[in-house]
Amino acid sequence: MKNITTIAIKEFKSYLSSPMAYVVSGIFLALTGFFFSISSATYFETSIRGFLGIGSILLLLLAAVLTMRLLAEERKLGTLELLLTAPLRDSEIILGKFFGSLGILAAMLVLTFYYPILLLIFGDPDIGPIITGYIGLLLLGCTALAVGLFASSLTSNQIVAAVVAGGILGALWFAGSAAGLLPTALAEIFNYLSLSTHFPDFMTGIIDTRSIIYYLSITALFLFLATRSLENSRWN
Amino acid sequence: MIRVENLTKYYGKRLAVDNISFNVEKGEIVGLLGPNAAGKTTTMRMITGFLAPSQGNIWVSDYDIRNHSLEARQLIGYLPEAVPLYTDMTVTSYLDFLARIRKVDKNTIKSRIEEVINICHLEEYANSIIGKLSKGYRQRVGVAQAIIHKPKVLILDEPTIGIDPLQVAMTRQLIRELGKESTVILSTHILPEVSMLCERVIIINEGKIIAEDRIEHLSSLISGSKRIRLEVEGPSKEVTDRLSRIKGILKVSYENHHYIIECPPQQDPRAKIMETMVQNGWTLLSLESIDMSLEDIFLKLTTEEEPGE
Repeated sequence: MKNITTIAIKEFKSYLSSPMAYVVSGIFLALTGFFFSISSATYFETSIRGFLGIGSILLLLLAAVLTMRLLAEERKLGTLELLLTAPLRDSEIILGKFFGSLGILAAMLVLTFYYPILLLIFGDPDIGPIITGYIGLLLLGCTALAVGLFASSLTSNQIVAAVVAGGILGALWFAGSAAGLLPTALAEIFNYLSLSTHFPDFMTGIIDTRSIIYYLSITALFLFLATRSLENSRWN
Repeated sequence: MIRVENLTKYYGKRLAVDNISFNVEKGEIVGLLGPNAAGKTTTMRMITGFLAPSQGNIWVSDYDIRNHSLEARQLIGYLPEAVPLYTDMTVTSYLDFLARIRKVDKNTIKSRIEEVINICHLEEYANSIIGKLSKGYRQRVGVAQAIIHKPKVLILDEPTIGIDPLQVAMTRQLIRELGKESTVILSTHILPEVSMLCERVIIINEGKIIAEDRIEHLSSLISGSKRIRLEVEGPSKEVTDRLSRIKGILKVSYENHHYIIECPPQQDPRAKIMETMVQNGWTLLSLESIDMSLEDIFLKLTTEEEPGE
């Protein structure tokens, strides 16, 4: 546990000392802010649905960008040799990096709290969907970060890592759309596997344990794959 | 302290390390000597746990790297050939991170960092960003990280490569100091470095150990004969003939307008060579004794006879 914290803190700090995290947060805030104000102004809604809709998709893209360096850069700089020869478990390295990037993502979400705060000041919003919306974003974010970390473990090229992560996330997101073309049994599987089919519930204030389990298990799966991929580099 | 048994490593189908075994006793400084791609780095990477062996096992103190990898790694300080540095961190924060992941006691981390910064003469740069340091200083930061947790075993892969001569001398001095408290394995392809630092040498070629001996024995092997190179203006055949008649000269060969003379190490035939030249009216353009190069040793070891047991 101590090792995971040490690595997570180091990753979090190194995000703060490079421009990447600021650029990513800036884009996230600018775009979600735009859609939040459009939806509030156009539909006179006191909800954050406009923010959640665009935020969920943006989160996938930005997670791929945030995580691309986590292991690919270590491989390229040779610092992976430090981590893999230190008395650390491979899983501790992966979890440390995961939580480090999750810290940045969480901080990014906290910065958007001013949307609901504005609503609270100028209106009377339904608190439920706001809270579940944020829970949904955080869970979706965890999944996207885990996928990105896995992609980063495969290569020493950050761009390749980002593209692979984007590809996997895109496939998972749109798997639901492909369901319409498939026979019923397959369609249900695709629907269940899709990142996008589980998100709308959170936007409307519903917390479905199946969705929580879904996001957490996909996260765990990719963290496991990332650990195996790291282990595998010892054998080559 | 370190026991390597039947270690073998394949990269895909390519055999990089071929069934090697050796021991390193506590407190020894051992040199792994060999040309590029001989398997030195691969061997070190397996000892440090960065690579898993295809076959065989390694014990560091009482821990084998297959079943007690974490305990074994805890005992080792490792400086890879390409110094692994987080270039966006300061020297102090980098050392702090490494001290933590190598389980240095929390209360002593601060004082230990100061200590290694002093040992490696990095005082001025303690708060500099590593990416802005020159190559020699980066090397020192690399050494500093390797010793931060007071490891019982130090593994140094080509520790003096690519830095200027003054830094090389300092690094060697440092290694000698560290060798008083730790067991050291260092790899190099620089022969004099081995004789300067190491008590024992393991020579590796093409993944196999071709010789393993104490340094005194190796140097007698090296200086089994002394060699002198001459450049002479004169008829080559006659010159060769007259030179080989001088007492104490074992062999004369002529190549690329130079004569290579071999003689027993205790003999010094240079005065006699001069005399011969003068007597025959030939002009001696140059005369120098040449050290046996690593390549010569390899040739000697691999072609002449089976390496001595």
